[in-house]
Amino acid sequence: MSAPERFLERLTARRAEDPSWVAARRQAGAARFEALGFPTRRDEEWKYTDVRRIAEGDFALATDAGYDAEGFEVQRLELDAYRLVLVDGVFSAELSRLEGLPAGVVVEPLSQALADNHEAVGGSLGRLAGVDFSPFTALNTAFADEGVVVRLSPGTVVDKPIYVLMLSRAGGQPVMSHPRVLIEAGARSEATVVEHYTGEPEAANFTNVVTEVLLERSAIVDHYKLQETGSSDMHVASIHVEQARDSRFASFNLHLGGALVRNDLVADLNAEGAETTYNGLFFVQGRQHVDNHTLVNHNAPRTFSNENYKGILDERSHGVFNGKVFVKKDAQQIEAYQNNANLLLSDRAEIDTKPELVIYADDVKCSHGATTGQLDEEAVYALRTRGIDEPMARALLTLAFAGEVMERVKLNAVAERVERAVAGRLPERFNLADLVETAEAVQES
Amino acid sequence: MASEEMEQLVRREYKQGFVTDIESDTVPPGLDESVIAFISQKKEEPQWMLEWRLEAYRRWLDMTPPSWAHLDYPPIDYQAISYYSAPKKPEDRPQSLDEVDPKLLETYEKLGIPLHERAALAGVAVDAVFDSVSVTTTFKEKLHEAGVIFCSISEAIREYPELVRQYLGTVVPQSDNFFAALNSAVFTDGSFVYVPEGVTCPMELSTYFRINAANTGQFERTLIICDKQAQVSYLEGCTAPQRDENQLHAAVVELVALEDAYIKYSTVQNWYPGDEDGKGGIYNFVTKRGDCRGDRSRISWTQVETGSAITWKYPSCVLRGKESIGEFYSVAVTNGRQQADTGTKMIHIGENTRSTIISKGIAAGRSDQAYRGLVKIGSRAKGARNYTQCDSLLIGDQCGAHTFPYQEIGNSTATVEHEATTSKIADDQLFYCRARGIDEEDAVSMIVNGFCKDVFQELPMEFAVEAEALLNVTLEGSVG
Repeated sequence: MSAPERFLERLTARRAEDPSWVAARRQAGAARFEALGFPTRRDEEWKYTDVRRIAEGDFALATDAGYDAEGFEVQRLELDAYRLVLVDGVFSAELSRLEGLPAGVVVEPLSQALADNHEAVGGSLGRLAGVDFSPFTALNTAFADEGVVVRLSPGTVVDKPIYVLMLSRAGGQPVMSHPRVLIEAGARSEATVVEHYTGEPEAANFTNVVTEVLLERSAIVDHYKLQETGSSDMHVASIHVEQARDSRFASFNLHLGGALVRNDLVADLNAEGAETTYNGLFFVQGRQHVDNHTLVNHNAPRTFSNENYKGILDERSHGVFNGKVFVKKDAQQIEAYQNNANLLLSDRAEIDTKPELVIYADDVKCSHGATTGQLDEEAVYALRTRGIDEPMARALLTLAFAGEVMERVKLNAVAERVERAVAGRLPERFNLADLVETAEAVQES
Repeated sequence: MASEEMEQLVRREYKQGFVTDIESDTVPPGLDESVIAFISQKKEEPQWMLEWRLEAYRRWLDMTPPSWAHLDYPPIDYQAISYYSAPKKPEDRPQSLDEVDPKLLETYEKLGIPLHERAALAGVAVDAVFDSVSVTTTFKEKLHEAGVIFCSISEAIREYPELVRQYLGTVVPQSDNFFAALNSAVFTDGSFVYVPEGVTCPMELSTYFRINAANTGQFERTLIICDKQAQVSYLEGCTAPQRDENQLHAAVVELVALEDAYIKYSTVQNWYPGDEDGKGGIYNFVTKRGDCRGDRSRISWTQVETGSAITWKYPSCVLRGKESIGEFYSVAVTNGRQQADTGTKMIHIGENTRSTIISKGIAAGRSDQAYRGLVKIGSRAKGARNYTQCDSLLIGDQCGAHTFPYQEIGNSTATVEHEATTSKIADDQLFYCRARGIDEEDAVSMIVNGFCKDVFQELPMEFAVEAEALLNVTLEGSVG
């Protein structure tokens, strides 16, 4: 049996009650996935990422959402938020906290949205993330029956972040999940959505998530993605964004965990005044592999994009960054900036980076930069002259490197989680509080 | 500037278009082993060379043309091309300028390259390739005194078989890519340079390539070897007459720099780009690669690309020796319907190797241009360093400029920097010039030349002058 067949075989269990459009879309996804198969390194889009570990795996589907209560309390973010929790792709009503949502805001599991009024989802779901985007989107479409639907009526400003927590469990046969996140932000609405992937450290599951974000005129969405699953978990994700006139989208793509991570981020700026910001940080160690592919499509004049991705690579880890800026013909007066900086902490780490510009209009200001290097020895020395020992100096400078991205993070709980993880996982482990104290002392002296 | 005026200026004619009618000794179109045997026989090659060609041909049969480039052109019928064309009576090849066919000299005159004058004044030895056979070589004596070998590759195969056999195909293997394999099978001419240990070549070496007989592709093979502590500067420049069929050009250039050697390779390429609908231009699929084999060796590529309908070209450096240096300076100008996918590869293998890439792309009219580059730092290339700057200038709203820089970094002690910008000529820059009485055309020319300055200053003096003139001609009237 081929790998695609083995994956699709798991489909047979459920689905009897699917509305016809859902069934048709799933069938299209399955057919497309079967035709495409898993990508190989011969595909330009997958040149540096080998997905055989996924293709050769045998993943079941989870059927319950039980989770260790103690672990949950440690792993979840300390966020005052509306919370929706999926455990291995299964909705957990017990762990979710969705009461008190303001009027005009819907946050519900996809299964419920389909059951209540499937037609309301039908127009949007899959509109941005077609089955042709990648074999993994096709695979997700074939399976998608759970996930999150966020809908904001025009003019609604959500007072607290919407927190989507996806947990991965260890023990037993590894499972796969294909969650689907749909965010529809009506005109002038505002929201912050956090997708948080974590779980039991020994988990070795496969998560294949597709997120679609639609911003109507003047809508503002901040989208956080924090990925910190255990070092055996595999994670493939694509985030698709469509922006109407004067809308603002900001993505924070923060990757710390997983054995094999691939993340695609695509924004279509379809009308004047649309603005998008991509902030990315990844910190990998051991034999972790993280691949970030980003694309900004400037489809209309006077649209703006700004991208800043930073990578810190230690031990034998492998990082990939492919950032593409596309400017359509006649999309004049574009400003598009892109930056990718990588810090290599080990001789055996590898980074492959490709910042691309594809431009068909002339009245544009586009630039990109990519740098790879090590910590500035002068800066290390400067700190040492202030009585800070070398490991501490290196730790401070590594955090400062991440700081450029982290200082834009508006949610303290997220920033702290990331900074603590970076500090605690450096070659010589540090307590974030000690580092902060030292940094403050240096500033005062 | 008014758009009609602009369009009028964009519709410039190719100034160097004309066809010289010299009877050619041409094989019928098509490619099989017998054609390769014919070429080899014509060139009086030893058996090993024929076998090498046939091996390349057999590999080529199993290969497919690359499709990854950002180029759009109809499939090429390789059986419709004639693979050999030589000026008549090769046995009577002229030994000095006086013996050169006056018609050929006239051709060079029209091109503004008065061969004798230029050679004398500039102190340049010219190995002029007219179609596929070298018809004249000058200054051989002087080079001979210094011990420098500078001749056609065919002559080198006959006269210096050991050197050729030792180095040919060691930088660009026969099956490196589709076009290199084709070239290896059918190459008919090109230059060979060997600079012995410790010798600084007493003059700049120069070859003017021309494509002439209709329906013949040109497949040059150039091999330059710089022995320990030797230095050479090689100039390559070309223009071609106007015609209506697309012509395929698939050259291979191999450079080998041994310890402490320095090779500087400069190109001005101005082949016929096709008419305003893109019809009839040259297809230029070139494989150029330099191997910094010895420690502290240095290879520098400088190119000014203004011609051809299709350009597919990535002059590269393999930095094998410790502390070796690779450089790539490029100006690519496309106008009309031209398409260019060009760039470089810097492969860092040795410790403390350094590379610099400066690429300036100017797209005008309805042209499409891409910079494609690779910087690869191997796991043993401790302390390797790269700096890359690629800038694109767009003139008019119908053209495209793209950047595809690949970086593969496998060493933490490496420092790799890449910067790229894309913009148009700023209105305030133009206004500034015009406010000082400089007309728009001249202002654009000034700004564009300033944009390319970092590259032009790398060119040898005579070439720099020519390049600036060429740039002005190419962009004439494309002001936006």
